[in-house]
Amino acid sequence: MAETGAEQDGKRQALVARLSRNRWLLGAGVLAVLAVYFFAGVSFYVLVLALVALAAAAMLSKDAGRQPADSGAAIEASGLQRLSGEYLAAAVADPLIIFDHSAAIVHANAAAFAAFGGLAPGMSLSLKFRAPEMQALLDGILSGQVAADAVDYTEKLPVERTYRVSASTVGHATGLYVLVFKDQSETRRIDRMRADFIANASHELRTPLASIAGFIETLRGPARNDPAARDQFLQIMQNQTGRMARLIDDLLSLSRLEMKPYLRPGTEVDLRQTIDSVIDSLGPLASENGVVIEREFASGPLVVPGDRDELFQVFENLLENACKYGQSGGRVTVSIAGSEDGQQPGFDVTIRDYGPGIAEEHIPRITERFYRVDVESSRTQKGTGLGLSIVKHILTRHNARLSIKSEVGKGAAFTVHLPAR
Amino acid sequence: MQSVHIVSAYDEELKYLSKRIAAMGGHAERMVEQAVAALVNVDHGLAQKVIQDDLVLDEGQREIDDKAIIIIARRQPMATDLREIVGAIRISADIERVGDLGKNVAKRVAAVDGRQPNSLFRGLEALADLALTQLKEVLDVYASRSVERIGFVRDRDDQIDAMYTSLFRELLTYMMEDPRNITPCTHLLFCAKNIERIGDHATNIAETIYYIVTGDQMPADRPKGDKTDKVVLPGTVSAK
Repeated sequence: MAETGAEQDGKRQALVARLSRNRWLLGAGVLAVLAVYFFAGVSFYVLVLALVALAAAAMLSKDAGRQPADSGAAIEASGLQRLSGEYLAAAVADPLIIFDHSAAIVHANAAAFAAFGGLAPGMSLSLKFRAPEMQALLDGILSGQVAADAVDYTEKLPVERTYRVSASTVGHATGLYVLVFKDQSETRRIDRMRADFIANASHELRTPLASIAGFIETLRGPARNDPAARDQFLQIMQNQTGRMARLIDDLLSLSRLEMKPYLRPGTEVDLRQTIDSVIDSLGPLASENGVVIEREFASGPLVVPGDRDELFQVFENLLENACKYGQSGGRVTVSIAGSEDGQQPGFDVTIRDYGPGIAEEHIPRITERFYRVDVESSRTQKGTGLGLSIVKHILTRHNARLSIKSEVGKGAAFTVHLPAR
Repeated sequence: MQSVHIVSAYDEELKYLSKRIAAMGGHAERMVEQAVAALVNVDHGLAQKVIQDDLVLDEGQREIDDKAIIIIARRQPMATDLREIVGAIRISADIERVGDLGKNVAKRVAAVDGRQPNSLFRGLEALADLALTQLKEVLDVYASRSVERIGFVRDRDDQIDAMYTSLFRELLTYMMEDPRNITPCTHLLFCAKNIERIGDHATNIAETIYYIVTGDQMPADRPKGDKTDKVVLPGTVSAK
């Protein structure tokens, strides 16, 4: 009995469903019949008959109801086919670009936008990727090869990146092609780093090492029984080992940054708070050098996207330089101001000293590794020649710029332009 | 280019021109990159390769000239199309010059023995990076037609000039220190000048693109930052 009850329930539900599916047709029919009844003055029985006939027809139209249900099942079975190419492209972590037979971009996923920038649907790929091997790859795939061999594509600027690029056709006769970029930069950079490290570091480390070796020789020989000289020499040796340690720290932090210069940090940084803590941490150094640090902060929120530790390092390096090399000016000004100039709004952090300034010919080059305006003063100030290089690397990672203005005798101003978004 | 012509072959021809320009540009970028690498690492093999590669650019320019003239003769282009075609002729000439400058740098590798101080080569590399960034930006603008970024390209010229002036001074200092440095340093001076000229050609290309897209000439307030005409080291000018 229960089974039949359930069956009846099912039938009733099916009926209701059928009625509701046909509700628009049914409504239109009822309206038409009513109109005929009112205007043509047909008898009441005819009206009732017509309405009943309509309702019955609506309940009977069984097949019409089944059609959509069937196709629904078909869709479920072929979910992969209906999957939008855009979703699929977005799910791929590597840069991926879909293009048509004229090499015009049809779709690029988020990773491709982040990696290459300036992409837009309809733009020609062969205009964007101009390297000879990329041109050959595109020509090959567009002239009918099913899948071309992968090529290595290197973008040297603004930061060096190497990709293994492969191209292939999408499906059968869709007229679409796809380029997939596999990032190889890390491997390439490690190779390069090793060579660079040896070239740079060996030279910079050899100088203090040679001096230590010299003093050891003297201590074992002529100065063996001279306590005064021994003390003095040991002091110098300690300074030299300190310098080597600092140099190694800086080299390591630089190479860490060089390993991943294109990763855009995802967190936000409060500039006011960061710079306040930089100033606090450099308080002892400033008072030791007889420098007063002045603050001129703009009001309102001063928040930029970035990595706090890295930006801390930037301002620490800049402020430390200002205190050391601008010592004679007696004061250093740190200011934060909103900037509207240029393409993107953001903040300008300016660290200004009133010391001897930097001669014009050095300004373009002071961010190079181991470039020193004055080797002697850099050594006495315990500089490694890497500070501004580190600053420049971090700022490249933050899509920020460093501009340096200086006039000899009037001090120097280092301005960091940080984009707000 | 943005509009569609009734004769679709016309569109194809215009597209072909810009594709050839981009290919030439990519080739020139690669040549300059390799020429500087050859110079810094004293790699004679790479230098030879760069010298031979220049033929490709010469041929590219000739082909673009031919094609452009045929299009003008056959289609009687107007407005944007005409600017596009004339622009292509001018840009290909600039790119071809960039290639020549790269080739000239490569030729000088033989005369530089690599015994010059490291900082000098690092300076040259940095100068080349600036010039190549500019060339890349300009060619990217050619691809995307976003002329609002062109101002930025021209501003970079200042940095290149400042860097060049600094290298100029440094080279003069080395020559004064030791007369044996004069030969290699003179060659390096020419290399630096060549690279600086590449930046100027990039600026030219930027101006041409601006003209193609807007139909107006770029305002002529191009700054002149090359101050080497005033560089005098103490003790080198005899009193008259």
